[in-house]
Amino acid sequence: MSEPSDRVLIIVPAWNEARSVGGTVREIRSGNPLYDIAVIDDGSTDDTAEVARQAGAIVLQLPFNLGVGGAMRTGFTYAQRHGYTRVIQVDADGQHNPSDIDRVLEGLERADISIGARFADVGDYTVRGPRRWAMIVLAKVVSRVAGTTLTDVTSGFRAANERAVAQYVRYYPAEYLGDTLDSLVAACHAGLTVTQVPVAMRPRVHGTPSQSPVGAAIYLLRSVVALTLAIMRRPSRKAVAA
Amino acid sequence: MIVAFGIILAAVILIFVIWMLLARRLREKYAALWLIIGLAVLVLGLWPQLLLALTDFLGVQVPANLLFSAAIVLLLAVALHHSWELSQAEDEIRRSAEESAIARAEIQRLSERLDALEGRSTDDGRNEPPTARPDAL
Repeated sequence: MSEPSDRVLIIVPAWNEARSVGGTVREIRSGNPLYDIAVIDDGSTDDTAEVARQAGAIVLQLPFNLGVGGAMRTGFTYAQRHGYTRVIQVDADGQHNPSDIDRVLEGLERADISIGARFADVGDYTVRGPRRWAMIVLAKVVSRVAGTTLTDVTSGFRAANERAVAQYVRYYPAEYLGDTLDSLVAACHAGLTVTQVPVAMRPRVHGTPSQSPVGAAIYLLRSVVALTLAIMRRPSRKAVAA
Repeated sequence: MIVAFGIILAAVILIFVIWMLLARRLREKYAALWLIIGLAVLVLGLWPQLLLALTDFLGVQVPANLLFSAAIVLLLAVALHHSWELSQAEDEIRRSAEESAIARAEIQRLSERLDALEGRSTDDGRNEPPTARPDAL
């Protein structure tokens, strides 16, 4: 059992991932058996929860689908109540390589939030067209807000320390891109620091991402709206805090 | 004829809203608005010359136009208010769902610990989750 001072909780949001969640949990456990794994079953209709439980994870079952934002805040709240000092999000579909977990966690020595970034010269993860432009623009804008260079702000592979978890429990939106962009911008506005660690991204085990031109255009539009809202939200939240 | 209709409509609205309030089918904060609307319609039905005077005062050409635009603005405001209330309600539902997930995990963990403490067999094919800690809340 790890010391109370450095307990790590790995949060795995899963929605109908029964085919891949078991393998992901086992892979994380074989990498470092000291880390606790909490699978957040986001209202799955398959037996994601049972598979995760059998693989040895703590399972938090949401009564209905809330989206990644809701799943993550459940995990953060659980982590806070159980005194975990470091938390890291890992996707259930196997895109995040469990062997990178320690490297992303090491980023917390420099900042409150550590992002496993996909473009930082490691691996061959590529995106093209409008989706890529959107990601570059988002990265540029959020970098300015965060006061440090970030290249992949929509990555879900990210770690948080106690301060960041407390902020997330206070504010973690469930809306589109809120779980990555909005939460990050809000954390920066709350005075938290961010850093990034280059990681290689693996292809999905199951399913394919949407890459159609229309889908990419919608992605661009929605992400710009989400980012604009996130940045404009600053004054009102400060007023509430004061 | 149309005046009688207005008065009856207002009376029906008022009676229905008051009945819903008494039967606890409507919260006071929503009822207040509908009571005001019902009263306004009733007043206009009983004294139609009020509407004519108001039309004259505001410089609107036809009394019906004033009535319709007022109704549209009012309904817009009501719809917006409901969207706002709905957003708040969804947020509260989300919090409850998160809490319920955490509570379920706690119950599961505690009952497994209880089974272990009482020496009962928990051998139903599940691994013990690595969470049984005395320092946990």
